[in-house]
Amino acid sequence: MTTKTGARPAATLVLVDGSVFEGEAIGADVAISSGEVVFNTVLSGYQEVLTDPSYAGQIVTFTYPHIGNYGTTSSDDEGRRAHCRGVIVRDLARRHSNHRAEQSLDSMLRANGVAGIAGIDTRRLTRLLRETGAMPGAFGTASESELLSAARAERGTDGVDLVAKVTTPEPYFFGSGPLRVVAYDFGIKTTILRCLSEIATVEVVPASTPSDEVLARSPQGVFLSNGPGDPQSVGYAVEAIRGLLGEVPLFGICLGHQLLGRALGGSTYKLPFGHHGGNHPVRHEASGHVEITSQNHNFCVDAESLDGRVSVTHVNLNDGTNEGMVVREVSAFSVQYHPEAGPGPHDSRYLFDQFADLMTSRSN
Amino acid sequence: MPKRTDLSSILIIGSGPIVIGQACEFDYSGTQACRVLKEEGYRVILANSNPATIMTDPDFADRTFIEPLTWEVVSRIIEREKPDAVLPTLGGQTGLNTAMALFERGLVGVPGTPELIGANAEAIATAEDRDKFKQAMLEIGLSVPPSGIAHSMDEATRVIETIGLPAIIRPAYILGGRGTGIASTPEQFKVLAANGLAASPINEILIEKSIAGWKEYELEVMRDRADNCVIICSIENFDPMGVHTGDSITVAPAQTLSDVEYQRMRDAAFACIRRVGVETGGSNVQFAVNPLTGDQVVIEMNPRVSRSSALASKATGFPIAKIAAKLAIGYTLDEIPNDITRATPASFEPSIDYVVTKIPRWAFEKLPGTSGVLGTQMQSVGEVMSIGRTFPESLQKALRSLEQGRLGLGCDPAEGQLASVSDDELLSLVAVPTPERVFQIADLLRRGISIDRVHDACRVDPWFLDQMSMIVEERLELSGETLASMSRSSWRRAKRLGFSDAQLAHLWSVDESSVRAARESAGVIPTYKTVDTCSAEFAAETPYHYSTYEDENEVRPSDRQRVIILGSGPNRIGQGIEFDYCCVHASFALRDAGFETVMVNCNPETVSTDYDTSDRLYFEPLTKEDVLNVIAAETAAASGRAPKVIVSLGGQTPLKLSGQIPVELIAGTSPSSIDLAEDREKWNALCESLNIPQPPGGTAIDLTQALDIVDRVGFPVLVRPSYVLGGRAMQIVHDRDHLARAMAELSGFGSLGKEGGLSAERPVLVDRFLEDATEVDVDAIRDRTGEVIIGGVMEHVEEAGVHSGDSACAIPPQTLPSWVVEVIESYTAAIATALEVCGLINVQYAVAGTNVYVIEANPRASRTVPFVAKATGVPLAKVATRVMLGATLAELRAEGLLSRSVLLDSPSTVAVKEAVLPFSRFPEVDTALGPEMRSTGEVMGIDKSFGKAFYKAELAAGTVLPREGTVFLSLADHDKPAGIVVAKRLRELGFGIVATPGTADYLGRFGHMVDAVVGKVSEGAKVTAVNLIASGDVAFVINTPQGRGGRTDGEAIRKAANVHRVSSVTTVEAALAAVQGMAEQRHSPLDVRSLQEHHGR
Repeated sequence: MTTKTGARPAATLVLVDGSVFEGEAIGADVAISSGEVVFNTVLSGYQEVLTDPSYAGQIVTFTYPHIGNYGTTSSDDEGRRAHCRGVIVRDLARRHSNHRAEQSLDSMLRANGVAGIAGIDTRRLTRLLRETGAMPGAFGTASESELLSAARAERGTDGVDLVAKVTTPEPYFFGSGPLRVVAYDFGIKTTILRCLSEIATVEVVPASTPSDEVLARSPQGVFLSNGPGDPQSVGYAVEAIRGLLGEVPLFGICLGHQLLGRALGGSTYKLPFGHHGGNHPVRHEASGHVEITSQNHNFCVDAESLDGRVSVTHVNLNDGTNEGMVVREVSAFSVQYHPEAGPGPHDSRYLFDQFADLMTSRSN
Repeated sequence: MPKRTDLSSILIIGSGPIVIGQACEFDYSGTQACRVLKEEGYRVILANSNPATIMTDPDFADRTFIEPLTWEVVSRIIEREKPDAVLPTLGGQTGLNTAMALFERGLVGVPGTPELIGANAEAIATAEDRDKFKQAMLEIGLSVPPSGIAHSMDEATRVIETIGLPAIIRPAYILGGRGTGIASTPEQFKVLAANGLAASPINEILIEKSIAGWKEYELEVMRDRADNCVIICSIENFDPMGVHTGDSITVAPAQTLSDVEYQRMRDAAFACIRRVGVETGGSNVQFAVNPLTGDQVVIEMNPRVSRSSALASKATGFPIAKIAAKLAIGYTLDEIPNDITRATPASFEPSIDYVVTKIPRWAFEKLPGTSGVLGTQMQSVGEVMSIGRTFPESLQKALRSLEQGRLGLGCDPAEGQLASVSDDELLSLVAVPTPERVFQIADLLRRGISIDRVHDACRVDPWFLDQMSMIVEERLELSGETLASMSRSSWRRAKRLGFSDAQLAHLWSVDESSVRAARESAGVIPTYKTVDTCSAEFAAETPYHYSTYEDENEVRPSDRQRVIILGSGPNRIGQGIEFDYCCVHASFALRDAGFETVMVNCNPETVSTDYDTSDRLYFEPLTKEDVLNVIAAETAAASGRAPKVIVSLGGQTPLKLSGQIPVELIAGTSPSSIDLAEDREKWNALCESLNIPQPPGGTAIDLTQALDIVDRVGFPVLVRPSYVLGGRAMQIVHDRDHLARAMAELSGFGSLGKEGGLSAERPVLVDRFLEDATEVDVDAIRDRTGEVIIGGVMEHVEEAGVHSGDSACAIPPQTLPSWVVEVIESYTAAIATALEVCGLINVQYAVAGTNVYVIEANPRASRTVPFVAKATGVPLAKVATRVMLGATLAELRAEGLLSRSVLLDSPSTVAVKEAVLPFSRFPEVDTALGPEMRSTGEVMGIDKSFGKAFYKAELAAGTVLPREGTVFLSLADHDKPAGIVVAKRLRELGFGIVATPGTADYLGRFGHMVDAVVGKVSEGAKVTAVNLIASGDVAFVINTPQGRGGRTDGEAIRKAANVHRVSSVTTVEAALAAVQGMAEQRHSPLDVRSLQEHHGR
């Protein structure tokens, strides 16, 4: 459980702009890890973040300095494995303490083949990313020049179909709730499945499943999951959603929200450094109520591009970006943030009930 | 929702004097509230009895009442000012209790009276009544520790069968926690329950499941009237359950909760605030978590801004009190901008990227008889907070911030104290929470005792222990290094774990300056990060910094002239809010005059550590290293132009650093003048040259020298260490044995590394003690042209010998002939001139007959500066600050800052300052006053006569001067003549008198027969003063201790009065003042008047 301080090998993080950070290697023994470097401001929930399929292709920087304090437990996994390309922390706990813990974060990282770098000035890195936006980077025990070339070779997440890499290869069932829901797996999180399973029996299908195959299953509702990367590169999913509009109630989260937006004819764009944290205020326009939300996205639906059928339901109070919409005539709604949380606050879990109500009223 | 327009005036109730459990955090919250409500255009009426607060500055409210905080007095204020609403949630428990007392009498919160905003009476009652709260929590499905009430052993047995052992047994209606205990076995339970039932006057005990050893957490919640809820901060206690959270080391954010558990706690906190019904504002909810199962229970909630809210505000940069005030007037969270980012709204949950540690500071050494064991009742008098990127860094910074001789987590001279304690003994010591426990734990880890064993002994979470063990391991690593062998990465590793240069100097037996030089030449200097509420996600506007050792420094450059104000550190007895007041005023004055102000302090309770107070705030320890670092950072940010530094407004803390700071940087009086006043020989020579008499005396570094002095001057003598505040270790010594004891004790302090040690550099002062002398305090300002203004001359009520901080005093003087006052003023001007003072000076005198002796002079701000300012309307601290930065008094007069004392134009006004003592928390301590200061705070009474002002001051301090009943009199021999007058006045007022035989006999000889004579407690008499006090037959106690010995009976009487909450005075001068107050109060009822009216504004 305890490793000696200072015994970790030196490692370096190099960003594509040439910025260099000195640290030490943690997690899996990998000489070079590269990806798009992003930051997340949650104070707890590191395991959920690292196993969230939406982080595919990304290296996650935690702004909170102590990571790993309460260890890890398999029940907190959000995906079947860690999908991120690496983790950057100020301090990795060498001893964890919590009755739920099964293993340390370090051993979990090793088991998942994910490398990390510790001991760096994560605040400097965050300030840099805040100014320049998420950017490619590479870290590891390799030399600075090797790392810089790796960072340069990294093409980022724009226009890359990361969904194909994380989606389930085969359909499967989850839970046994009263309703029947088909869930598109663009990189679905376990907590979303748990929330859905409270209202429905969920059949999870691969991202590439065409709409007729979904409708053939005669679901009462279709769920569009979160997932990694650029919605523009998942054209097949947009196609499928178009085929479902008006046929069956739809509920989308995060990437699912962006894909629904595109299916409705709207456009999406990349935010400077995205929203990654558990403290973003979102206003529910109908009630004026503020929800503190969990967020993880780099792309965003352009509310201006949506046609008259679409009503904006939620707005981010920090930057005014779109956080949710509803299309009543086709019984579809979606949010940009993560109402299931995991990690994060439970303020918005009512949306799952809203989905159940929509399905029930439609079925009646 | 926009703000309410149906309200136009709002009364804010403050928290009164600084007491244990209620300190400057409520000045901070009240000041923010006043500011917000005024900015929003409301007419603000403020009630607070504490003159040392910023909130009672007349600029902060439209009407400021420095009046006692009782419901009667506040109802008079309501009658006069007719506010539309009362805001009770920002003035601590006092504010809440006063509001509830008014509500119970139908004076607020019911139709036709001012509305209670923030929290209504129902919400307050639900949170404050233990049983109501428990029921409410169970109703919403939250767990609470199981408990039951029993009135007999049968009932007790039934209760314990349902809740199980271990259990806490608390007798009802028992003060001071007597009879409370934890039972782990059925046998212990039987004994404790039986004792508890017997001890309770209503034969009732509360039996509660003991969850000592569980992990303890707090969440700071805010709610607006649209029912939006947010968590501002989570706090995890280092000390597990069993220690009051105010006495615990606490850490923000929570460290060992998984997100699943944290979110469950967050949901519970919201459910709690909603059920209790706090409509708007901040609340604090405490939880305990079983470390083995994760079970969570709610412990309690405060339906108001609390000490923890102040900590949470400082820890996150989110101004809870300010936002709470805005929510109370109707805004919702999303309508209020986040001050720090300005771009985002306040409806969010702060994210932080550092670790905050709070450590309390206690004063057990000033309270002989106390055990020093921490428990469920708060005993600390102050606290420090520190910010580091990691827990080890933050912990070490906090420990050195305490100013108790510790340089960090061990690795300092004081750690030697544990050398002779065996491992097993040490393991049993850490099972008992005390202020020393954190160091004992470190010592165990250093000895190689496993974390698991240490955890089993002390129940502190293994994560914290492992983090501490990283410090301990690094120290072992460093002990293999030398100054020369240290590489850049080694330096960086040590500094990142929070090691101070002083610790390394101790480790390597070199001086601190060499460590600093070597470190700097290795290129390892601190970087300053920003507290920004959002972990750097957004650009921050507010420069609130802390040091750490990272890559990037965030201090922004600018070219304005910078002035650094060094704050006063943690509150302690002798140095508290008064000095924070001075520092804050300095900052305000300099800001107004166009300087860029920079505050350095580590006390989270204060106004000075509000990020709004100065242009820049450094939340840093006040040590040589940390202060020099700030100076260097500020110099670098001003393109090499060094800032000015103010060392003379924050009490002894910054003053002690003055010798370490380049002399040309120090603003105002030069350090050499400060030294001159402290250096006994030079000071004597100065007084001699001015022909100002002093009590004879000298300095001694050992007993022989002390005895030589006594041979010359005779007993009694006053023995005190140099360079301390608050009379630490000061004693009046009557004989040779006592002198030997006193000198031995003082040398003991030296080896413990505490304040007030004895050494060649810090000799002990031994002076003839002037008996029966009147003590006088003067605050004055001298400018660079030599002009001197007298701020105020204060005459003490208690005679010389009672520490000036514990003594009541009046301004203007009440018994001194005017020529004596003039002599004192002339002496003061002469001393200020001789010391070349530029700024404030405080001089103390003893007047015996027609002789005026100077006791000491301190060319710095004194404790009385805010009191004098409130009494006279002259902003002394602001004027002095400007003078220190070069302005002349004439210029300030022209500018309008320096006004004429209002007392000169309204000679009948008298202001009385009274000290507030912490004895109710410590029933085992003798309440007799002495040369060692023990008060935690002060109040002011201001009125048309001394009697009335004194009456108000006493009432504000919690000493109710009765209107009728029986007074107990027991006087020391030398007080007996004055006792004749006291007895005569009491009789005139219709009081009954009981007395001890000696006092009764003496009074009888002058025709004042007493109603009853009591026997001596020590002689086993049947009817004693102690019985009478306990049975409620005595309304007031006057008991003055004998000069020496013979204290036992008196001590028992004073303790009884303390325990049974019977008002008492322990000096004959206070008794005379009290009877005068009673008499004057009898003739005309208490009248309230605002400071603005007193000041003619």
